[in-house]
Amino acid sequence: MNDLSQARNFDEFMEGIWRQNPVFVMVLGMCPALAVTVSAVNALAMGFATTFVMVCSCALVSLMRRIVPKEVRIATYIVIIATFVTVVDYVIQAVSLELYEALGAFIQLIVVNCLILGRAEAHASRHPPLAAVNNALGMGLGFSLGLFALGAVREILGAGKLFGVALFGANFQPWVVMVLPPGGFFVLGAWLLLFAALKRRKEARLAAQGGGHGA
Amino acid sequence: MAPESLGHIFLSAALANNFVLAMFLGLCPFLGVSARMNTAFPMGLASSFVMLVASLCAFGLNLLLTMFGLEFLRLIAYIAVIASAVQLVEMFLKKSSPALFRALGIYLPLITTNCAVLGVALFQTAREYSFLQSLAFCLGAGAGFTLALVLMASVRERLQLSNVPGVVQGTALSLMLAGLLSLAFMGFAGLGG
Repeated sequence: MNDLSQARNFDEFMEGIWRQNPVFVMVLGMCPALAVTVSAVNALAMGFATTFVMVCSCALVSLMRRIVPKEVRIATYIVIIATFVTVVDYVIQAVSLELYEALGAFIQLIVVNCLILGRAEAHASRHPPLAAVNNALGMGLGFSLGLFALGAVREILGAGKLFGVALFGANFQPWVVMVLPPGGFFVLGAWLLLFAALKRRKEARLAAQGGGHGA
Repeated sequence: MAPESLGHIFLSAALANNFVLAMFLGLCPFLGVSARMNTAFPMGLASSFVMLVASLCAFGLNLLLTMFGLEFLRLIAYIAVIASAVQLVEMFLKKSSPALFRALGIYLPLITTNCAVLGVALFQTAREYSFLQSLAFCLGAGAGFTLALVLMASVRERLQLSNVPGVVQGTALSLMLAGLLSLAFMGFAGLGG
């Protein structure tokens, strides 16, 4: 029985990373996803900051789920999230001023990331703390993964580097547009397109197989 | 920093640094409500109004918090103000135009989590704008947000009539469109600086 519940927990954890990936499948929390992903480092920092806020807020929301009256729950969640964001804001400022300046106002804007409020409302408010943390961690890592995928592509194409290391020879002409705002839209659009095409191919293959069995 | 003129701030927020297309703020409603013109425009206006209220309150709050040395409470105070402003707009719309209220649906309470609104409040604080400058900034941001929504909605209405390959339909298409619009808005870059 223990094995079973463990398997289910793992399933739920993977759900956030892959099948319900916040960036590529649910398309939530887009604003920071596009704004800070000009480089892989920024993207990862943003992803982990969001994960931290999400895990802490979901744990607290889940602990308080029986105390908070239904009418004021959204306001309560927002205040909880804002508290943890303030913590993260000051921590990043203390640890790396350089990163703090690169991310700018977007650290504080984690508060209004619809992904976190969505998790708090849809999952954490109905499940015990451990399940909520598990789910939030999966979602957070999935979010970080998505951001990294965006940031890496934009950094490679826009600057010819990954994590600040030059990948191509000196003759490489960077696609400056990729680190500018339109590039963000294009790269995310291209990823979504890729996933849609893959899904379509898989479905077509499954349908063909199903038809073969029937005949 | 040299004092910027009000017109400069307004134009910069509305066009050159358009909140949606250049700063990536408020993308959720931008992608969510921009399918049809008759919801996109009111949504733009409602968000602009919340921005105006939030910006004015944030200016006063910031003075108050700085006076007492409580800057670390800024974020929490701002978000509380925005949430109440949204509640106000919601009640007003419910009374004055129930049809519109239903059309906007879930996106109306979600203005609270519209980063554009909090963005206005945070940026005006970070840039230390005076009262009039803040006013110009939030009006410009609201105008820019509405403009982006209306542009997007008009393009998407046209697209509904055209033959689009199945794979591209949905969010991917909207994002590509947003990218093209954003490319066009980069042409304003020299205007505001």
